[in-house]
Amino acid sequence: MLITILVSAGVVAAVGLILGALIGFTAKKFEVQTDPKIEAVQELLPGANCGGCGYAGCADFASAIVTKGADPSGCSACSDAMLAKIAEVTGKAAGKKEKMTAVVFCSGSFSRSARAADYNGILDCRSASIVAGGGGKACRFGCLGYGSCARACPFGAIEIRDGLAVVHPELCRACGKCVNVCPRKLIRLVPASAPIHVYCNSLEKPAKRRKFCKNPCLACKKCIRTDENHMQMQAGLVRVNYSNPPEASFVEQVKCPTGALQVEEIHRKIAALKPVEPAPKAAPAPKKEESK
Amino acid sequence: MNSPIRTWRFHGGVHPADGKALSNSVPAQRAPLLERYTVAIQQNIGAPPKPVVQKGDTVKKGQLIAEPGGFVSAPVHAPTSGTVGDIVEVPGANGGAIPAIEIISDGKDEWGSGLDPIPNWKNTDREILKKRIADAGIVGMGGAAFPTHVKLSPPPEKVIDTLILNGAECEPYLTADHRLMLERTEAVLEGAAIAAKILRVDRVFLGIEENKPDAIAALNEKAGQYGVTVVPLHVRYPQGGEKQLIYALTGRSVATGGLPMDVGCVVQNVGSCAAIRDAVVEGHPLIERYTTVTGTPVANPGTWILRFGTTVEQALTFAGGVKARAAKVIMGGPMMGFAQTSLGVTVTKNSSGILLLQWKETAEYTSNPCIRCGRCVRACPMKLLPGPVSVMVESENYDEAEKNYVMDCMECGVCTFVCPAKRPLVQHFRRAKAEINAKRRAAKAKQA
Amino acid sequence: MSEEIEKNNIALPEPGSLVLSTSPHVQDGDSIARIMAKVLICLLPAVAASIWFFRFDAVRILVYCASFCIFAEYGWTLATRQAATIGDYSALVTGVILALNLPPGAPWWLCLIGSVFAIIVVKELFGGLGQNPFNPAAAARVALLVGFAGPMTQWAAPATGSLVSGATPLGAIHAVQGSADAMAQLGAPDNLMKLFLGNVGGSIGETSALAILIGGLGLMAFRLIKWQIPLAMIATIFVFTGIVHLAAPGLTPGPLYHILSGGVMIGAFFMATDMVTSPITPLGALVFGGVIGVLTCIIRIWGAYPEGVSFSIVIANALVPLIDRMCYIRPFGWHSHSVSALNIRRGEIK
Repeated sequence: MLITILVSAGVVAAVGLILGALIGFTAKKFEVQTDPKIEAVQELLPGANCGGCGYAGCADFASAIVTKGADPSGCSACSDAMLAKIAEVTGKAAGKKEKMTAVVFCSGSFSRSARAADYNGILDCRSASIVAGGGGKACRFGCLGYGSCARACPFGAIEIRDGLAVVHPELCRACGKCVNVCPRKLIRLVPASAPIHVYCNSLEKPAKRRKFCKNPCLACKKCIRTDENHMQMQAGLVRVNYSNPPEASFVEQVKCPTGALQVEEIHRKIAALKPVEPAPKAAPAPKKEESK
Repeated sequence: MNSPIRTWRFHGGVHPADGKALSNSVPAQRAPLLERYTVAIQQNIGAPPKPVVQKGDTVKKGQLIAEPGGFVSAPVHAPTSGTVGDIVEVPGANGGAIPAIEIISDGKDEWGSGLDPIPNWKNTDREILKKRIADAGIVGMGGAAFPTHVKLSPPPEKVIDTLILNGAECEPYLTADHRLMLERTEAVLEGAAIAAKILRVDRVFLGIEENKPDAIAALNEKAGQYGVTVVPLHVRYPQGGEKQLIYALTGRSVATGGLPMDVGCVVQNVGSCAAIRDAVVEGHPLIERYTTVTGTPVANPGTWILRFGTTVEQALTFAGGVKARAAKVIMGGPMMGFAQTSLGVTVTKNSSGILLLQWKETAEYTSNPCIRCGRCVRACPMKLLPGPVSVMVESENYDEAEKNYVMDCMECGVCTFVCPAKRPLVQHFRRAKAEINAKRRAAKAKQA
Repeated sequence: MSEEIEKNNIALPEPGSLVLSTSPHVQDGDSIARIMAKVLICLLPAVAASIWFFRFDAVRILVYCASFCIFAEYGWTLATRQAATIGDYSALVTGVILALNLPPGAPWWLCLIGSVFAIIVVKELFGGLGQNPFNPAAAARVALLVGFAGPMTQWAAPATGSLVSGATPLGAIHAVQGSADAMAQLGAPDNLMKLFLGNVGGSIGETSALAILIGGLGLMAFRLIKWQIPLAMIATIFVFTGIVHLAAPGLTPGPLYHILSGGVMIGAFFMATDMVTSPITPLGALVFGGVIGVLTCIIRIWGAYPEGVSFSIVIANALVPLIDRMCYIRPFGWHSHSVSALNIRRGEIK
């Protein structure tokens, strides 16, 4: 009995030794020289592989930084501290970049916007936008609320609150995935330092906007008259001048008649309010979550 | 029913409850003159036409109000005499808002199309006839709204030997083509003869489903004079699909991504044929059409001759409104029509029907997973794999979907009709086609 | 003006209350629950036969498995906070088929383990109905056969029969292997008749070929299964065992004996045809049935286990993605030359 145990233990040990030696030999023999810097840089990158830098993931970007001299600040998801560390590794100063954040320019949650129909179909904005009318909301410029952007966000920074996508700026790393995925082109990257935004994207006739939404921008230009340096018209829409954004107190000053011009934090809080109207009668069945 | 020629049976297909009994015995009625029409400017596939009238202009019935914006485009004409109002926005049948020209009727309803009748078309040059069809704004009235004169101008290298008239009307509930073939039999056949002359073909088939025996009898009586062979076909959706109809009548299959003219065929809707005849023999441009207003909630279902620019609301009023609560208002048939959210949608050249459905009749979509029962595979007339492809689309794997020929899907809805899991398959395929088309456009832009 | 007044009396649909969805706007009304209910109806003859032959044992096992399966699925949906799915009856179908695959002496805990394995491990862990790569009942039978060989092979004679206790028709093959005479005796017409009616030992639901055949024809009449699968499977077994029997009469009895005995019938009609785990194309279904048939014969004739149907089904289930890929359907209008023409148009081939 003992001998059996000893023999088997011996055999296993011998096999282990031989294989170990083989592995060690091949590892030395066929070793591929990689720049240790690439690995070090890759460690410092966020590792979300969001693709916001234009490269195929963080590993690709790391090697581009080291070998091709790409600017690490091309990674919008990196914090300044991390960029400084990367600069230490590469020995090259990283460019300065302004912290950006995504903003969904809509305030039409389910309870604050008119419904045109009960939508019954795939709960995904891009699929819904293909069906005539696109989703249940009457406004054909606003947020559909089926969360394509939230599923596309690699950082979990977008939340759907009562049928309205809201961005959490503290989580947003401005990779721009949501910007590309939104079928209504509602999302833009703006400097994170801007505290207020005009939450409306409607190009409808102003009279109709009021019918469709509780907080539409009616393009009355009251805010532009208050301070032309801070506010401006862009392609038919009133927008904050992001090269010279106003302070949060600007909202008090303007007293926007509809509340479309709103402080970011308050906008988020309003969206979190419970819907006041009863749920739609033909609530679409929940969609099996796409694993993304 | 005996068929005069050999017919072929296409793969798959379904037999939905057809609901045609609601309206197929009601003679078509001419809608009363309205005070105001909002005529959509773009009623064709291809380039949008350009308005040629100003606000305040006086127009006669049939006068040109928008000229074609290119070769693949069709002009639009005033539905009645009166004055031109604003260019307004009306809801489009496919969603969004589309510009439309407002015509305020003067109540006189005077013709003034500027097109001369050509009663002696047999001795008229083909090019003149073709130009007349283009000037009259005739498009495919079965649904696609493809300009007819383009279809009648195949490139010289394509040999066309067969003209096929599509009178199948396989969509459930719709009876507009049925009433048209019954009531305007000779107009349909004469229009077909004109189209055959333009194409220089002597083989003209009229494919019609067997569920319209009265129309078949009426057509057979007159068809010989015009050189048309009326072919009764089995009742099976989508018998009226272009590729399916060509296969059923000639046994030729149009290649994936190909066109009917690749196999020597041109397919025309019977409504377009009647319009060709009116344009040539009477000199009347296309300003009205047979449209079925039907559905169980409709008080008096039937077929109406509606002028373009009539809203759905007005059309429903003609039919006596609703007697039960409607859950869906559909432009077109139940299989391929578009659900509407507003009654302000206007009747256009391809509005074959306005269908209302009740709650219990409408499809209810869920997001159950595919159970791979294979019914969609059995039913798909294009022989695709709808279930597995929808799973690929669900995981946004569009490349794989493209390899599985999702672009060949014609959105006939057969797979979705039979799906026991009630998956919105057609929506998945529309999404995939949109994404793949966007990708191809991007690739093309990159190349350029 | 009179028209105006008349118009006001006319009821119109209210915009805002309309349903917006993609086409088509009608459905044929069949649902997963109705499909499963039809499958249950088709299982009734086999259930009746099992109760007829095994009396209380069959009732006990059927009740155990059905309720355990339903509880397992309901518990899983509760625990994972999903919408309850027992309403689609698929758990009930799994429970009944699993019960029909158990020996009459199966204790309650064997039913429990089998049910939990079938529902939780084989189905729900893979994502629920529609996502499972293996047939839950077949996989559970395999698991029980491997894990609990003792209780799974304690056969009892049917209550109405006079067969020697403990032997199944397939066990008999192994017992007499080598003797051509004994094999010929097994294949005798009266013996085959017994197999056909089900008056033999075996799992409670698999013995009566007749009852299963009635249910199977029902499945085909309802168009719930692809007829190619049972056809290909039974035909392959017939041909394969026929050839082996002719070549070596002492090795195995004739083909009819094989088809009527063991789990071939219930496997062919109720387990291999599970839509989730079988190929979606008709040609694929033929190949799939053939693979199961060949594997079954190999296991039965040369394997250590007397029965191989559930093993074969599980192995073939694993091959389904491959078979689906192989047995591709070309779309309508596909010609070899059309593909290149299309690609030229797309600019892919110059």
